[in-house]
Amino acid sequence: MRVTLTLIAAVLALSACNMPNDTPQASAPVTDPYVSTAGGNVVYRGDVNVAGNRLPGADTVALGADFAAAGATVYFAEAETSLSEEARTTLSRQAQWLVQNAGFTAVVEGHADEPGTREFNLALGARRATSVQEYLVAKGVEAGRIRTVSFGKERPASICASEASCLARNRRAVTVVAPPAAGV
Amino acid sequence: MMRRAAFALLAAALLGPLPALAQDAPLRIEITEGVVRPMPVALRFEDAGGAGELLGDITAVIADDLNGTGLFEMTEPESSPATGFDRTVDYIAWKATGTEALVTGQVALEGDSVMLRFRLFDVFAGQPLGDGMQFVSPREGWRRAAHKIADQIYARITGETPYFDSRIAFIGESGPATERVKRVGVMDYDGAGVKWLTSKDDLVLSPRFSPDGQTVLYTSFASGVPQIMSLDVETVTSTALTRDPRAMSFAPRFSPDGKWIAFSRESSGNTDIWIMEVANPSFAKPITLGPAIDTAPSWSPDGRHIVFESDRSGSSQLYVMRADGSEPTRISFGDGGGSYGEPAWSPRGDRIAFTRQTKAGSSIGVMRPDGSGEQLLSEGGRDSGPSWAPNGRVLIFTRLTADDEVPQLHSVDITGRNMRPVALNDAASDPAWGPLLP
Repeated sequence: MRVTLTLIAAVLALSACNMPNDTPQASAPVTDPYVSTAGGNVVYRGDVNVAGNRLPGADTVALGADFAAAGATVYFAEAETSLSEEARTTLSRQAQWLVQNAGFTAVVEGHADEPGTREFNLALGARRATSVQEYLVAKGVEAGRIRTVSFGKERPASICASEASCLARNRRAVTVVAPPAAGV
Repeated sequence: MMRRAAFALLAAALLGPLPALAQDAPLRIEITEGVVRPMPVALRFEDAGGAGELLGDITAVIADDLNGTGLFEMTEPESSPATGFDRTVDYIAWKATGTEALVTGQVALEGDSVMLRFRLFDVFAGQPLGDGMQFVSPREGWRRAAHKIADQIYARITGETPYFDSRIAFIGESGPATERVKRVGVMDYDGAGVKWLTSKDDLVLSPRFSPDGQTVLYTSFASGVPQIMSLDVETVTSTALTRDPRAMSFAPRFSPDGKWIAFSRESSGNTDIWIMEVANPSFAKPITLGPAIDTAPSWSPDGRHIVFESDRSGSSQLYVMRADGSEPTRISFGDGGGSYGEPAWSPRGDRIAFTRQTKAGSSIGVMRPDGSGEQLLSEGGRDSGPSWAPNGRVLIFTRLTADDEVPQLHSVDITGRNMRPVALNDAASDPAWGPLLP
């Protein structure tokens, strides 16, 4: 993963000059962080994937964007809460990202389409969000890092009259990640 | 500010003892039969001192109330017999105009008080219908005083409890559907006097009045997770009744005695119906179990049963259970499928209103509490969320028009007649009709 490599590079660059607030140099060699180098003592500063051990100046915005690349949204069939093969593929990528970025927490937002009552759709969105949460947990993400919420049909992605293809875009669960400071 | 106008009701103070009503031809409209021809009614109000514009304003509110029912039609006969509040009625001349009911009245402004008097006459029977009445209200409460008089006329002629002097809570909507702004508002039943009770910052859903009209429950996303809020209408202050950040709580509804709240609580993806005591909201307990979605509880007027929406059969259907959760029984079995939801038990107990969803769209309808006598009151549109007038004879609901996404409130009577929009400038949804005010 490109993100991981960049971070290791950052560890080395910062550690080598012993000035944690310096801007990481992209050209720093990627080598074993435990090995001393001619430039001075290399100090191990903790695992980047553990909450609270993030490096100063680490670019959380870029990480969030990278999560989006994994696919933040999965879609559901009409009135369904089960996960399609396509959805499971997306969620596997989400799980992988969350395992690698263990300091991050996630909120899964469940949504429903327009048909159905407001209150039923609120409950249906919660079921969809929970399906996603359970899949991510099954793929190794700690349950305590994932919270769910449902917006029912209150926040459609698209404004639909009744076209099926449009309504399908609203039956979704969106995973939103937050850096450690934000909490879950 | 929801200052309640105080009314001094001086019934029977004006006329003294009245002769018994005629037994042969009472002036009476039976609402359940579906009235085809509205009853002609003449309103004759006079200025008894300083009324000014209020005279016309008050007469217009009374006329709108009565016309709005579809049961009455205000008439202004060409050869109109002269009237005076303290003069005898020329029944023969009025009868010749075809007018069936005559209302005479007086409006006076004394300092900051409005004084209103009226008498109702059954023209064909040639006698008064009930006692004359006098109302006094603060000047700014004149609309309520006018509604009180219309309520009296409606009640005496239909034999039903009235509903004009009541309020409706609703959700005001603005902005595009993808980022819709929603606020809890209250208005008079006729759309006048809108007041906003929540800010535009928080997403809020489905307000519900307490039986005494002093409290509005609603669901708020302010904490990030839907929670139930209790709002004091007079002071406009909200208190959270549920707080667990890992459980959504929504769809609250007061019991008829105002002591309990039934609501939906979601935890780990499963939604059940819970009840909490209003005096002690931190002790709540579930009354339904199992993996189905159970939501939208509504109490029977005797408080012994609850109707709710559940997908335990595979699609959303209506079930009635005892208030302790026992003996759930399905009551909706519509021909040709369709799902049912948003049940609202009539305050009279004789009907349950609902939203029915099919491929063609959603409609509102009514059925008896045992599921029989199902009748749709609208067809194939996008109607939802019916709420009963305090007399159980009129419903208000949300209608989405096909060409845009702006919801509007409409009302319809229990026979399906008299469908009409509520006069309200704002887009609005999720109406909840409050009680008849004292």
